[in-house]
Amino acid sequence: MPKAMGAVKQAIPAEIGGDVDAAVAGGGTAAKAAAGRKVLPIVEGVVLVAALLAPLVLQDYLTVFATRVIILALFALSFDLVWGYAGIMSFGQALFFGSAGYGVALLARDLDITNIFLVLPAGTLIGLTFALLLGGFLLLGRHPSSVIFVSLGTLTGSYAADRLARGWYYLGGQNGIPSIAPMTLGGYEFSEGPAFYYLVLGILIAVYLLCRFLVRSQFGLALAGLRENEQRIAFFGYKAQHLKAIIFAIGGAIAGLAGSLYAFHEGFVWPNMVGVVVSTQVVLYVLFGGSGTLIGAVIGTVIVEGVSFWLSDNYRDIWPIILGLLLLLVILFRPLGLISFVLGERERVGSFGARVKENVKEKRNAP
Amino acid sequence: MLLEAAGIKKVFGKLTALDGAALTVGENEFHGLIGPNGSGKSTLMKCIAGAEVPTQGKVSFVNTDITAFTPTERARAGMSLKFQITSVLPTLTLYDNILLALQAQSSLFDLVFSRTRGALHDQVMTMLTLFRLADRAFDAAAALSHGQQQWLEIAMALAGKPKLLLLDEPTGGMSLEERRVTGELLQPIKKHCSLVIVEHDLDFIRDICDRLTVLDQGKVLASGTVSEIQANKSVQEIYLRRA
Repeated sequence: MPKAMGAVKQAIPAEIGGDVDAAVAGGGTAAKAAAGRKVLPIVEGVVLVAALLAPLVLQDYLTVFATRVIILALFALSFDLVWGYAGIMSFGQALFFGSAGYGVALLARDLDITNIFLVLPAGTLIGLTFALLLGGFLLLGRHPSSVIFVSLGTLTGSYAADRLARGWYYLGGQNGIPSIAPMTLGGYEFSEGPAFYYLVLGILIAVYLLCRFLVRSQFGLALAGLRENEQRIAFFGYKAQHLKAIIFAIGGAIAGLAGSLYAFHEGFVWPNMVGVVVSTQVVLYVLFGGSGTLIGAVIGTVIVEGVSFWLSDNYRDIWPIILGLLLLLVILFRPLGLISFVLGERERVGSFGARVKENVKEKRNAP
Repeated sequence: MLLEAAGIKKVFGKLTALDGAALTVGENEFHGLIGPNGSGKSTLMKCIAGAEVPTQGKVSFVNTDITAFTPTERARAGMSLKFQITSVLPTLTLYDNILLALQAQSSLFDLVFSRTRGALHDQVMTMLTLFRLADRAFDAAAALSHGQQQWLEIAMALAGKPKLLLLDEPTGGMSLEERRVTGELLQPIKKHCSLVIVEHDLDFIRDICDRLTVLDQGKVLASGTVSEIQANKSVQEIYLRRA
């Protein structure tokens, strides 16, 4: 008893700002583990270089395909943020993607608005608004909503939007809206090809960096708490439901941005774009690559789309079966996605205080 | 009084878990809540913390009626709960577990731009040092022993400097030595915090508590200082009956 009591008493002065550095220095093994975390930036770097070089080595029709994949990767980021980081199962992410697509298509068709600085913010805003409405309804009840409730709610929303689009003459019914005019910047028209590719790549990188900033901030720590144990953090005093609604809305905005790019790149929108199929597709991208890592979402999209493309070329009849089996295998044996082959659990979750620790060390070493 | 719960009734279907239970806790008071299994101790704790809504009754905290408050609102008013089942966040580091608790009341703006991370660093390390976990600050919480996880959780519950800490079976699954240390770790918080503690280990309760409330079948059987309760005939009876 006396010895232990002494330790407690010694610790108390630290409250007034004493022995903290000594305590940090004590974390030797932990510091080593933290120092070894370097896989993620390497993966990100490799993907970035590959993405930058792609149009130089790919044939034209493949650059068009790659552009589509980059847009879908942007869409995947939106779902990853919502599910991989905040633990909100959105089975209706296409609702925000597709409604923004329809929105900008209508702007182009009915109002002749195709300026990039108008249509992209408009699409983002449409995604944000729909996500705020649906998220407000599903997430901001008196009591915290269950995962099942949210996933069925978003699924229903997406399904209903699909049916609505199919039946609504103004939106083109089953056929959707064809021949959307190209997106413009002054007199320049963005048509399929390297320029469009680098445009969407630039947008993807910007959004990626923004997400990266967000998930590594203290807000990201709150999201991690939300994902792991929502009830627990509510008892700390977090407004957990507000946090969920906020990240859901951000996800909706990014999906909206992706949807408007998609509409202009493909030149048409159709009911599937808001529906359950595309909603499920984005879930698969993220699970396949590795949810809870931003780069995992990008890699998952590239691989699922790339493999489908290759398989459909070479195994015309049975490719969906092969793809299905492949997805099943990964989800069964690698529930954390392909990225988990190179990325450990510790680095995936990340450390929100480690950088502070490094700063403290630097300060101490400075004269 | 810091906390006053009166006339608390809680009915689950046909089962009446609490039938007019009451609890009063003063400032800087360690209050033990004891009673046989199924007497309603945990349910009373949950009604106070906001995890359950009482069917009837009123809970006041710092002279405010908090009966209809959500857990978040209660936490923001200065109440903190350590769950019976350890619920540290296993994949996060110890450091981040504590930081998560400390930053709970930071504004959204501060969280997004990580404006309180630097300022809270010393407090994180202080809590970890106090609970003898500083040398493992950057390990995942899942790597801790069961006893250490309990300490981490008490540290998390205390991080936000609550006025009242509710501990549901803090020494469950601990070794004798770990129990002893837990008692020592709790003593210094008395200066700024009251405690309500549900615990089966009566020796532990006797060592650290000032007052006790004994529940039996959802009602208060007795309430008073430790020596008063020890001398109480009916309390002795239910514990003998059980033994």
